[in-house]
Amino acid sequence: MLRIFLLLIFALSFSNSTKSHAEELTSQRQAALIHMLKHDCGSCHGLTMKGGLGPPLTPDALAGKDMDILSDTVFYGLPERAMPPWEGMLSREEIVWLIKQLKKGIPQ
Amino acid sequence: MKQQITKILFILTFVLMGCSGSIRGVGDMGLVIERASGRIQVVETTNKTILGGVKGLGDLSHASAVYSRDGRYAYLFGRDGGLSKVDILTQTLVKRVIQGGNSIGGAISQDGTLVAVSNYTPGGVRVFDSTTLELVADIPAKGEDGELSKVVGLVDIPGQKFVFSLFDAGEIWIADLSEVAKPKITKFREIGEKPYDGLVTPDGRFYIAGLFGEDGLALLDLWNIEKGPRKILQDYGRGAKKLPVYKMPHLEGWAIAGGMAFLPAIGRHEILVVDTNSWEEKGRIPVHSQPVFAMGRPDGRQVWVNFAFPKNDTLQVIDVQSMKVVKSLKPGKGVMHMEFTPRGEHIWVSVRDGDRVEVYHTDSFTKLTELTVEKPSGIFFTSRAHRIGL
Repeated sequence: MLRIFLLLIFALSFSNSTKSHAEELTSQRQAALIHMLKHDCGSCHGLTMKGGLGPPLTPDALAGKDMDILSDTVFYGLPERAMPPWEGMLSREEIVWLIKQLKKGIPQ
Repeated sequence: MKQQITKILFILTFVLMGCSGSIRGVGDMGLVIERASGRIQVVETTNKTILGGVKGLGDLSHASAVYSRDGRYAYLFGRDGGLSKVDILTQTLVKRVIQGGNSIGGAISQDGTLVAVSNYTPGGVRVFDSTTLELVADIPAKGEDGELSKVVGLVDIPGQKFVFSLFDAGEIWIADLSEVAKPKITKFREIGEKPYDGLVTPDGRFYIAGLFGEDGLALLDLWNIEKGPRKILQDYGRGAKKLPVYKMPHLEGWAIAGGMAFLPAIGRHEILVVDTNSWEEKGRIPVHSQPVFAMGRPDGRQVWVNFAFPKNDTLQVIDVQSMKVVKSLKPGKGVMHMEFTPRGEHIWVSVRDGDRVEVYHTDSFTKLTELTVEKPSGIFFTSRAHRIGL
């Protein structure tokens, strides 16, 4: 119940703020995020995002998946499945930006 | 006539020597994985130099290597399921096969004839002839639940056997390949929740699987397998909130010294010290952050520890006798792996984000040199060829 509530709140909060903030990510920060995605997320999801201990994050694998749920998964993590929460390290905007990049496919 | 033949032979010898460089041994050689470039750099530790690169090895994120018993050939296990055999003397790729969809590690049999690879997809272990890289055995890791499980913690043990853990199913299997055509599998079910890695003690007697899904580790006495696995250190996290894990620790490099084992605690800023006779906890050493590798210097006097993201810029050195951190170093962001020279006077350290490998003296902690290597991760020296479980 609490989860759904939180989900709602966040869904609402970034429907307002995502667009404006995402555009504010500097190219330097974007590069840092992509680096982190490849090398740190990559330690479980694979450098090429084809999966490892964690599931694949390729455009195919993410196709049709809901942005809010994906973003929540990254933000809060899935303790049962070894996914750590990235709250505190990544902002909501950064997470949404990263998921968009993943859905497009990360240049290798 | 005879003179002419001698002359020709002399010239031939000279030409051949010119081709292959001077004759050398491989005992001081090794390789560094360039994880993002699908390439390795072959190195030597006597003069601390790079001898040459070998490319075309696929996705090498999380890649590891084992060596043939003569130390000349390295078998590399790539994330993309590639198994590559590299001649480090000539720095050439001998053979490469794609053996699975997503692999995580490998091992070489006691006699050096078999190379085993553990796969996430399809979950299982495949065994190859080390000369030809032909598939000789396929062992799907179908757990008790009937599903294929990701395989982790694959090691070799004496007697042409391999031991590994099933991440999803929570099982430990022993595969006996003394008859390659008929692998004999011994399965241990319900060994604990989500084993994430495994190791075997240097004498090949105890196999230990670290558990992600619960506190503690599963211990299997391979000299008395009828007793089955048991849990050790079950209490180490009791009452404390587990921290999120941004990088799974590795157990492979664990340190055994003076009857004690030093293990990275998962989700905690601690190294666990275990008595290797009783397997009871002997202490905990607070460290900088969540440890990834805890590696013992070959003489067992020090343990070097690196850390998980986001605090992966640091290395700490534990003095085994006092069980205290005696030195902290900051090589830079992305300290991925370390490897000691065979007798431990130096340690080589991968600094991923700095695109360099640093070499330190292990007594003075002085930095001796830096080598330029693109996004380095694992470092593997040929001295591994003669150690069980590496």
